[in-house]
Amino acid sequence: MLRNSAFLHWAQRVLHTQAFRITLVFVFFYAVTATALVAFTWWNSQRALDAQTDQTIEAEVAGLRDTYLRLGVIGLSDVINGRVAQHGSGIYYLESPTRSVLAGNLVGIPETAKSVGGFFEFEYQRAQQNETVTRMARGEGFTLPGGYILLVARDVTDQKYSRKKFFTTIPWTIGLMLLLGIGGGVLLSRNILRRLDTITRTSSEIVAGDFSRRVPITPAADEFDTLAENLNVMLERTERLMKGMREVVDSVAHDLRTPLNRLRNRLEDMQRKLNPEDPHLDDIDSAIAETDRLIGTFNALLLIAEADSGMTRGTMSAIDLSAIVADIADLYAPLAEEKEIGLEVAPSGVITIEGNRSLVSQALANLIDNAIKYTPAGGHIWVSAAETPVGIDLTVADDGPGIPVEDRARVLERFVRLEKSRNSPGTGLGLSLVAAVARMHEAKLTLGDNTPGLNASISFPRTFVKKLNRE
Amino acid sequence: MRILVVEDDLEAQRYLVNGLKEAGHVVDDAADGDTGLTLALSRPYDCAIIDRMLPKMDGLNVVAEMREHGNSMPVLFLSALSEVDDRVKGLKAGGDDYLTKPYAFVELLARIDALMRRRAPAAVKTKLAVGELELDLLTRTATREGQAIDLQPREFRLLEYLMRHAGQVVTRTMLLESVWEYHFDPQTNVIDVHISRLRAKIDKGFSAQLLHTVRGAGYMIRAAK
Repeated sequence: MLRNSAFLHWAQRVLHTQAFRITLVFVFFYAVTATALVAFTWWNSQRALDAQTDQTIEAEVAGLRDTYLRLGVIGLSDVINGRVAQHGSGIYYLESPTRSVLAGNLVGIPETAKSVGGFFEFEYQRAQQNETVTRMARGEGFTLPGGYILLVARDVTDQKYSRKKFFTTIPWTIGLMLLLGIGGGVLLSRNILRRLDTITRTSSEIVAGDFSRRVPITPAADEFDTLAENLNVMLERTERLMKGMREVVDSVAHDLRTPLNRLRNRLEDMQRKLNPEDPHLDDIDSAIAETDRLIGTFNALLLIAEADSGMTRGTMSAIDLSAIVADIADLYAPLAEEKEIGLEVAPSGVITIEGNRSLVSQALANLIDNAIKYTPAGGHIWVSAAETPVGIDLTVADDGPGIPVEDRARVLERFVRLEKSRNSPGTGLGLSLVAAVARMHEAKLTLGDNTPGLNASISFPRTFVKKLNRE
Repeated sequence: MRILVVEDDLEAQRYLVNGLKEAGHVVDDAADGDTGLTLALSRPYDCAIIDRMLPKMDGLNVVAEMREHGNSMPVLFLSALSEVDDRVKGLKAGGDDYLTKPYAFVELLARIDALMRRRAPAAVKTKLAVGELELDLLTRTATREGQAIDLQPREFRLLEYLMRHAGQVVTRTMLLESVWEYHFDPQTNVIDVHISRLRAKIDKGFSAQLLHTVRGAGYMIRAAK
């Protein structure tokens, strides 16, 4: 069963290749052209053959007519009988006005032959090795002065036979041609598929975060190898860029965190040393809070850079989205309740995806946090993780003011905050981080209209959905 | 308690050492991985605070070596490196906790207190008590002065964690990590809302307050004096 379906899958892939389709079109046109060409040649040669027969017959008829005019019917009969005795391919028939056969090797001729005149084809009987066989002939009937009817014909059975043979061979030939063509197409497609598969496999490994992978180059040095070489050059450059980005992220992280650490330490130190009644304590508190905000922004920026640079690829594992939804909703439930917002979680079974647990939960937390921030008292928030035909959707919807269509793309950029939210706390990085986490999971963050409200959805593709869901 | 600090940024090291000493700990320090490892293996400590990036020997290797030599003292990693990836690496290498710079000193202090307490061989307890507040871990019920307190499962876990660390400062991040088992920045202080609901259940209507807010740090549960 498994083998069978694997084969079917393979066959389907081969049949769907461009190479196979091109082959099919070529085979079709080739078959049509070849058939037309052969048919035309054959038809032409048949025509020439017929014309030759007709000419011979006409010449003979003319000769026999002459004989009749010179020697009369007796002389003509003698000549005909003489020719018949030679056992050639000639067929002769001479009939008197009283319908009696005077000479020739035919017992009779079709009535139509007598009236029509000109060339025609007919069947006749001939003794051949002790049996009578029916054969085909082509000839011309001619009425001599005095009412005698003369027929001169040639046996065309063999010609007819070859014509028939030809017609039965043509479909077979075309069939064979198609078969060979399709076979060739499959072979060609398979080879191309195999080459492309190596490239596809390598590129998906690279997409998965292994930037050291390269497309293998074969000794054939064909166009695929040229493509592979170009891809490898591109990959080299990408790897270098990614490495550079990681280095920058790492050193920025290190070089900024160290002084920020000292700054916070000193403030804390001052806080500890001051008398609890000291009026400057409040200033230090707000300085520490400001530092923490700075650190928060800085951490969010780094997290976005990390998620985008593919550094976090190694941290993915199988995680249950529905459990994360339940946990984060549980975490935010009291906050929502305090603001008199109904937070509803759509129940779902286990939905496992390949992902980074803390980043996915951070993304979901950001979305729920935003929803709580902007939804007015009495509003609702709906959180769900659900399977769709193309993957898994993690959705946070609310019936708050929503985001105008023209601003939806903009709010995903870093530090962009809409006018009306300028005064509420936040870094302006929340949604950018969600978008970066989505990108890292090859998912897409969509901000839609919940009429009224915002519908923010992260769509994880099938490839990131663990197989165990369907088993 | 004896604590080993391995940190190459000398100012950060001095600050750490001073802070820990002020908190009543005995502190040894080292500025590179080699010295740190030698100290860790030659003297008994209750806890070690080790920077991830150290000269001579990387922090991860120091801990890996320590573990190889059968040394199981609790280790808290300090790191100025990017977070997501390194946190996982640090915990995998044998670290018990992980703190990203810049950190709040109270956070660090609360965490090493928790680490050292975790290490003390705790008798299997079925009941926790702080003053008149009792938590039965088997029946999952809470009472104060004999009065039953109705707790949600999450509130029970929150209270359990606080009571296991009674008398110690517990930070918001620690609560998020231990009670919810998540590590991320919740933006708004959601933990505060959970605490105030818990407080309403265990302290409201009673004469003495058990659940205290520690300024700039977090929370602490302790018996009224």
